[in-house]
Amino acid sequence: MIEEIGYSALVLAFGMALYGAGAAAFGAKRERPELVESARRAMLLSWPLISVAALAIIALLVSGRYDVEYVAKVTSSTMPPYLKVTALWGGQEGSLVFWSWLMAAFASAAGLRRWDRDRDLLPWVIVVTMITLAFFLSLVIFVENPFRRLWLDPVGNTVTAFLRPAGARPLIPADGQGLNPLLRHPGMIIHPPMLYLGFVSFVIPYAFAIAALVARRTDDRWIRVTRRWTLVAWLFLSLGLLLGGRWAYDVLGWGGYWGWDPVEIAAFMPFLSGTAFLHSVMVQEKKGMLKHWNVLLIILTYVLVIFGTFLTRSGVLSSVHAFAQSAIGPMFFAFIGITSIVSVRLLLDRWGTLRGENQLNSLISRESLFLLNNFLFIIILAVCFLGVIFPLVSELFTGQTVTVGPEWYERITGPLFAGLLLLMGVAPLSAYGSSSWRLLGRQLWVPGSVSLLVPAGLLLAGVGNWAAVLGFWLAGLVALVTLYEFWRGALARHRRHGESMPVALVRLAGRNRRRYGGYIIHLGVVLMATGIIGIELFQTETQGTLARGEQLNLGSHVLVFQGLTQFNTPDGREVSRAELSVYKDGRLVGQLFPRQDFYIAANQPMTIPGVRSTLEEDLYVLLVGWEPIAQQGATFKVFHNPLVNFVWLGGFVFILGTLVAAWPDRETAPLRRSVQAAAWVSGD
Amino acid sequence: MTSQVDSGGRAKFLIGGLLIVAAVVYLIVSSTQAAAQYYLTIDEMRSKGDQVYDRPLKLAGAVDGPSIAYDSQTLTLSFSMANVPADLDAIEAGGGLAKVLHDSLLDPQASRLQVIYIGPKPDLIRHEAQAIVTGQLGQDGVFRADELLLKCPTRYEEEVPLQVVEG
Repeated sequence: MIEEIGYSALVLAFGMALYGAGAAAFGAKRERPELVESARRAMLLSWPLISVAALAIIALLVSGRYDVEYVAKVTSSTMPPYLKVTALWGGQEGSLVFWSWLMAAFASAAGLRRWDRDRDLLPWVIVVTMITLAFFLSLVIFVENPFRRLWLDPVGNTVTAFLRPAGARPLIPADGQGLNPLLRHPGMIIHPPMLYLGFVSFVIPYAFAIAALVARRTDDRWIRVTRRWTLVAWLFLSLGLLLGGRWAYDVLGWGGYWGWDPVEIAAFMPFLSGTAFLHSVMVQEKKGMLKHWNVLLIILTYVLVIFGTFLTRSGVLSSVHAFAQSAIGPMFFAFIGITSIVSVRLLLDRWGTLRGENQLNSLISRESLFLLNNFLFIIILAVCFLGVIFPLVSELFTGQTVTVGPEWYERITGPLFAGLLLLMGVAPLSAYGSSSWRLLGRQLWVPGSVSLLVPAGLLLAGVGNWAAVLGFWLAGLVALVTLYEFWRGALARHRRHGESMPVALVRLAGRNRRRYGGYIIHLGVVLMATGIIGIELFQTETQGTLARGEQLNLGSHVLVFQGLTQFNTPDGREVSRAELSVYKDGRLVGQLFPRQDFYIAANQPMTIPGVRSTLEEDLYVLLVGWEPIAQQGATFKVFHNPLVNFVWLGGFVFILGTLVAAWPDRETAPLRRSVQAAAWVSGD
Repeated sequence: MTSQVDSGGRAKFLIGGLLIVAAVVYLIVSSTQAAAQYYLTIDEMRSKGDQVYDRPLKLAGAVDGPSIAYDSQTLTLSFSMANVPADLDAIEAGGGLAKVLHDSLLDPQASRLQVIYIGPKPDLIRHEAQAIVTGQLGQDGVFRADELLLKCPTRYEEEVPLQVVEG
């Protein structure tokens, strides 16, 4: 019963999406506003319908209906209820429904805004969002149906089908397969929804850009309307990437957080193009330039979002090989191909109407530096893409499959990221229009010379790694310039309005949220860069087998093995837990309990590191092996990760800055009220 | 509003852009020479003879469960893996990755490779997992992996205890 309700809701939502797209396009062409309004209502209906389908899946998951293939695949009876609910996005079918649900929610939210200034955009926003929604719904309806059940045909074969095949009996497994224990981590549970929120949110600015092209609007209205959507998209994408990194650090046990895996890169690429977009739209708003470029960037971001969903939809651990086995691969590529061709064709068609209103005339003007920033982001994006397709390209040209790994990516993107840091230090001090080296030099020389204290200090302290010295210097420069900007702005307010410095600082950021939010993001990047340099260039490791009471040294740390305990837990784990005392510079600083959990049902061990975290460093200890009977000896692998917590701290500051930049301005508050009023009226 | 194109100005930007592109191309070429690995099946590696020794290679194979040995004193993991095709169509034709891994281990003719990896024993290593190893083949015919990636395709029909009810 629940399956039928859920599936029907999906089919109805699919119908609404198709009708909405068709009616909106037809209504706009024939200038029949009532049709557009009807399309808008169809769009608003899609969300409750998909909600019904999503709730149906959750009901099946929670009630343990293992005769439903999806339920048997992603849950098991030993899983706690909250994990059963979140199993909605634990597999491919559910993820696609979840994606569609978010898409419908975001489209509806856009549909509820006040449209009077942009009536001409509305129908095409409906068309774009509803076509995207229809595509994802078609995947779940026709190919990856989450409501398929398991049957046993008369010959005794297991069959999966939504409707009962002739002569088949229902097959009810006693238990499901369950979520891979490696994925049972809070970071991994909220990581996919965050990524998806980011992905889906980017569809809205794309929809407005296409709508503006179709409606022949050449102003920057679409950018202003979608500024917050873009920031929200970016916020969630950043959060998703950060959580994924944290999960890898906590769970995968190699003491790292980013492995340049194609799946990671697939999520990183829309982030790169989105970041370029966030910067370059400012140039269009300020100077009326880069109009073609901005449309192109948002098209690229949209395509990368669809591509990223395709690569990541079945979870982080799936192999690239597994994708080709599903029929939805060709459908994705067809959809990506068609949307990019149509979008680019439309842009070329309107090319002449989107001329820039100004010319670049100085290499070091603010707009040129923004352009350079975009250039670097796109090059990094291209390198990432090249890395992902390298095996295909090499096979095509040389007949040999050649792959590239982290070292390849790091060697190429390292200097590019350094270039971005340098820009981050210089660009905030440059002026729009005609800037000169002299003008820039006058702004830059104070923070520039103070920042030289960083490399000087490092060299005096005996740090010989030139890449680290350069990286830390750039980070120092950005930090100084950014703080200098805050100080200068606050000082001006202090002088003009007589506000105390703290008040002036808060009001300064409050009055110009985008700019100062952006600066806070830059500070976050500086902290993250510090952490990345620390762990990438100064990580050390050791390993050893210890009898009870023996010790292992790593740098200034000493670990003493105290003993090992083994016990079973009610949720089906066999736990082996070691106890170690940690001494730093000869002083006892704490105990660590690295352990290994063996999930009996899944026949899967899981290594959980013992970590001693301080701002300065992490001591990351893995229990690798032990003597089960004597329980006397155990083997450990130990990583010393200097500064790694700056990565997470920087991530936090980064998110904070994004929130500041995305926070609604005071001027728009009345507008928001009227949107709610409009929603209330239209819902009445 | 459009001012006249300043050709000197445009040249500056072009030269700057080209310099950056040239630098990136150089980085890509040099990194590819230094850090790219050949991705081969065990069969392909065998057919190459001597030229594969001591060069960075990436190989995929099916892990043979009984051969897995781990010395926790020295953190040395050793196992043998059987050849599996790298071609997606071949895997598809063979009935999917899980089936291909299963079959290749049953096939006495399939070529095998002994692998040694030093480090913590990965949680995912088990019989019929797909291993992707990066490292070098020594003259002794043993592959020394610097990196070990494991993938376990799921076959829930066989893993889940089934209970059939009349309906």
